[in-house]
Amino acid sequence: MSEQIDSREIAELFPELTPLEAPPDLSTEQQLEMFRKMVLIREFETSVAELWKKNLIYGLAHSYVGSEAIAVGACAALREGDYITSTHRGHGHTIAKGGDVNKMMAELMGKYTGYCHGKGGSMHIAAVDKGMLGATGIVGSGMPIAVGSALSASVLRKDCVTVCFHGDGATNQGVWHETINMAAAWNLPVVFLCENNQWAVSCPYEKAAKNTDIALRAIGYGIPGVTVDGFNPFVVYDVVKEAVERAKGGDGPTLVVAKNYRYVGHFVADDQHYRDLQALEPWMKLDPILRMTRYLVESGVASEEEVEAIKAGARKAIDDAIEFGKRSAEPAPDQLFEDLYAPG
Amino acid sequence: MGRVITVKQALNEAMHEEMRRDETVIVMGCDVGIRGNAFGVTRGLYEEFGAERVRDTPISEAAIVGVSLGAAIRGLRPVAEILYSDWITIGMDQIVNQAAKIRYMFGGAIEVPLVIRAPVGAGGGQAAQHSQSFEAWFSHVPGLQVVMPITPYDTKGLLKTAIRGNNPVLFFEHKRGYEIQGEVPDGDYTIPFGQADVKREGKDVTVVAISIMVHKALAVAEELSQEGIECEVIDPRTIYPMDYDTILASLKKTNRLVVTHESNRRNGIGGEIVSQVIERGFDLFDAPPAIVAGLDVPMPYSRPLEEMVIPSEQKVKDALYRVLDY
Repeated sequence: MSEQIDSREIAELFPELTPLEAPPDLSTEQQLEMFRKMVLIREFETSVAELWKKNLIYGLAHSYVGSEAIAVGACAALREGDYITSTHRGHGHTIAKGGDVNKMMAELMGKYTGYCHGKGGSMHIAAVDKGMLGATGIVGSGMPIAVGSALSASVLRKDCVTVCFHGDGATNQGVWHETINMAAAWNLPVVFLCENNQWAVSCPYEKAAKNTDIALRAIGYGIPGVTVDGFNPFVVYDVVKEAVERAKGGDGPTLVVAKNYRYVGHFVADDQHYRDLQALEPWMKLDPILRMTRYLVESGVASEEEVEAIKAGARKAIDDAIEFGKRSAEPAPDQLFEDLYAPG
Repeated sequence: MGRVITVKQALNEAMHEEMRRDETVIVMGCDVGIRGNAFGVTRGLYEEFGAERVRDTPISEAAIVGVSLGAAIRGLRPVAEILYSDWITIGMDQIVNQAAKIRYMFGGAIEVPLVIRAPVGAGGGQAAQHSQSFEAWFSHVPGLQVVMPITPYDTKGLLKTAIRGNNPVLFFEHKRGYEIQGEVPDGDYTIPFGQADVKREGKDVTVVAISIMVHKALAVAEELSQEGIECEVIDPRTIYPMDYDTILASLKKTNRLVVTHESNRRNGIGGEIVSQVIERGFDLFDAPPAIVAGLDVPMPYSRPLEEMVIPSEQKVKDALYRVLDY
């Protein structure tokens, strides 16, 4: 398999790199569905950046570009009745868990037809009906919600797991420690999935922690910790699948660290003046969409035409979502206080 | 017919009865299990409902609150306990930024049937980090409800309402009030939020008293009654929602208002009550309103200094005379 990547250069930068190779339990259809979702995320994020610049999206938006393999790989290991929690970078998680891009785009455009009736926006995107329990604007704050979801499953004897997506930035919040410890002590069915993109806005992880191997922290909680190539959806799938089986089997949580690299800005308008943009170039060669495209064609999973058709389909879905968002109405003044308190 | 029980028993009965009634109700916090909580409030729950539903937690307040929240949005009705309300600060992000907001910011897609119980209040030399009452902070946050009863009847009925409701509730119990006795009916009952209770009727002056100050106000009212002054003592019972209608109706009769709470005065709930009442009923006042509250200082350990900070019956009495003599 020729991935056209200078292996020496990358090996130094990213020793975790693994070749793309679908595990035997993933059918051709499943692989193509994973690719379809990855492309859908990419197209969504590409449009979000453009719409933000055109002032059609208000507020803040954080791009999942380059991380598609993590959300899609992890969610491929989940069933419909399973749950995820998210971060401030939550569009990818929502799409990977089956979220409706029309409702997502409408939400980012602040429209009433959006998932949150225009009251959440990008940072609070949620698709509760799909088991996506919501993005959050405060780093690490989704962790206890994931553990609570797992506690509920445990007490109510529901056969489901919760995957707690969080970033490397969250690992130095107090609540990260508190919740992993509690989930471990109680053997709860949760998978802690740390997306280690190595950057917390402008702060590289080696400045934030002396020990940069996050998975090692699992030892302190008495749970397994494993680092995986976050540019490769298949290895993420494999590791998360195993962690899900452990969790559902009553053996408690796992800390999965999907390592990649944030080679885009922290948010859509980040000029990244704090780092050397040249140094990002080698990482861009690991773009999971590029690699998956090559892999699918070269391994014969799909023809070039099929791959292009998937990409065109994703593009159309996002164009339709933008149209849906544009056509939708903003929330009315009398909807301002709606949903603040539940009745009763 | 009723029975006479303590506030502590009222809490304990409410939790027992709700856990029997609804298997999704769970209790979690430090020492709530086999120890039955620091004050004995949860005694017997562990024995009846087991470790699954009565969970002793690590000392991790952010996780206690946040994990309860996560469980609440996924089908349980957790009653989380913070051992002393002072330590609720550690779980503040989960309460203020998550529990209060997620229903709204997710467009009503979820409900948050979460109760956070915590003992508040001063007295007994517990000093600066074990004596505070934060009802003003939490009632400031849209999305939360704040409940602060002081009689066994109110406590039991309101805790049941809190547990059966679908909003995040801060339920504050005064730790010097646990042994207060009162009558409760035998059967099941609930008390709606936002309904103040007139604890004593009177025509001369209205006293809005919160939590432990209800008892002090009633004692003072009894004394003044000997002098021919009749105080109307109102216990709002819930800080949010606040029943301004009952307060205004009383003021229409008395034209004089004293508000009293134990928490310190600065930016406290007393100021909010007075400002709302003035806005809605400026013409009703025959005298400037008065607030009797804790002093704006961390609670000192020293007994005489502590006594200075906590509003006394004498201070309530002085304020009443001031308002009456205006």
